[in-house]
Amino acid sequence: MSTLTINTDFPAEKPVDRSKLDAVPVVTTKEPAVEITLPQPAGIPLVERFGDVLRVVLPPSLGLIILIGVWYVATMKGGSIPGPAQVWEAAVALFADPFYRNGPNDQGIGWNVLASLQRVGIGFGFAALVGIPLGFILGRSAFLSAMINPIISLLRPVSPLAWLPIGLLVFKKADPAATYTIFICSIWPMIMNTAQGVQRVPQDYLNVARVLALSEWKVVTKILFPAVLPYMLTGIRLSIGTAWLVIVAAEMLTGGVGIGFWVWDEWNNLKVEHIIIAIFVIGIVGLILEQSLILLARKLTKESS
Amino acid sequence: MEKFVQVEQVGQTFDTKKGKFIALRDIDMSIKQGEFIALIGHSGCGKSTLLNLIAGLTKPTTGVLLCDGREIGGPGPERAVVFQNHSLLPWLTCFENVYLAVERVFGVKEGKAKLKERTAAAINLVGLDHASAKYPHEISGGMKQRVGIARALSMEPKVLLMDEPFGALDALTRARLQDELMKICETTQATTVMVTHDVDEAVLLSDRIVMMTNGPAATIGEVLEVNLPRPRHRLTLAHDPAYVEYRAAVLEFLYEKQAHIEKMAA
Repeated sequence: MSTLTINTDFPAEKPVDRSKLDAVPVVTTKEPAVEITLPQPAGIPLVERFGDVLRVVLPPSLGLIILIGVWYVATMKGGSIPGPAQVWEAAVALFADPFYRNGPNDQGIGWNVLASLQRVGIGFGFAALVGIPLGFILGRSAFLSAMINPIISLLRPVSPLAWLPIGLLVFKKADPAATYTIFICSIWPMIMNTAQGVQRVPQDYLNVARVLALSEWKVVTKILFPAVLPYMLTGIRLSIGTAWLVIVAAEMLTGGVGIGFWVWDEWNNLKVEHIIIAIFVIGIVGLILEQSLILLARKLTKESS
Repeated sequence: MEKFVQVEQVGQTFDTKKGKFIALRDIDMSIKQGEFIALIGHSGCGKSTLLNLIAGLTKPTTGVLLCDGREIGGPGPERAVVFQNHSLLPWLTCFENVYLAVERVFGVKEGKAKLKERTAAAINLVGLDHASAKYPHEISGGMKQRVGIARALSMEPKVLLMDEPFGALDALTRARLQDELMKICETTQATTVMVTHDVDEAVLLSDRIVMMTNGPAATIGEVLEVNLPRPRHRLTLAHDPAYVEYRAAVLEFLYEKQAHIEKMAA
């Protein structure tokens, strides 16, 4: 029996490091590739590159064309929904002067979008200011986490709009109430993701901190913050998405200036083509917000990884 | 100093869902200054637990640990640890990883230039000058482990603790790093405790091999003095009858006296 065991026990059960090759830095020379491509006719890579561009550009444009085509066909016979051509004309007229002001309830679409973005920015900023530190605290303390988590679980599924009346009651004004709704809906993803990030900081890193006896400041700046950053950015991205969803609804209820109010106002004026334009504008702004955050996240994590 | 690190009647019990788990019991040992100790045993025998106790990362349930006459109350830079999986911070370059340790230990009394000099010297010691500005993900596993060793050595610790530092490396790289470690220990005269499950590694590097019985409730089974002259060379040692004998002694302990765990598992 014991002779059998010799073989079975000895090898390490530790995962073998993939990068086994040691020491000598592998210099990746690109020369062979160049030599191979040089003798070939210069036209082939160009065609290939064109093909690559086509592969990237073609499917989305095709999708868009089909969407507009279906829309066109569906509205061909007339009816209450305007077709693409009508909407295009209305859009040209609308965007010719996006920043006009005829009193508080009649302003250009540019002002409306900016007003919404401002609310989102302020509400979101406060949420980050409160949510990220709170997430850190919850992630670090099991007791506080056990204390606060049930409350978060209870409140998180509540539609942010349910908080709007409370906001109106407290602030007595529509504008801060809308901002406060944004705050409420943005804060949950930020707390949750930051806390999760802190909890998932590898124990190895924390052991390093303990062996080096780093100060709490160094632990936060050199270990916790960089380790949690990707989680935090995910939280931020999720909350800005929800915030942009919620602001439209909140503004419909509160009125004033803002893209949501504008949609409602145009509904009251029965300018359906403007509502369709608003849908596109909301979509595009949301897309830009999300994409710029993804870009930011990629840049930051590349620097820190 | 005869008793630089002292482990006295140390036991370690963990609370688990199935009740109390006795990991270690009745551990007594003392380590001389400048000595190289290998802790060897089957997996799960608590050798890493013992190392963590010396590091101060965990506290013993019973008994007491002393380093340089003082009780070990927690982890600290005087007992540097080289972790099994290198544990470099991925967002810092190799240089910055080592600098973090240097700054912590010497930052109070030394200027920036001197700290950088120390960092560069530690990286030079493990032969990684060329990779100093690289990030951990840009270098190989063996190089990462060397940075981990540089980080530990840069703190000029009283005791160097290594938890299977070469366990995840291939045999060739492991051999090279063992040779390097021997040289480094000779120059720095570091007191070292290394956890390993590699018999050759233990015999080649150690002054004494502490062999542990199987867990649960593991303790020290035998202690083997390795009286091979230094500097040691693996090729000459391979045919040295004394080396072969030491090796056989460890193997015998592991696979005959402590083989029952396999029978139970099988």
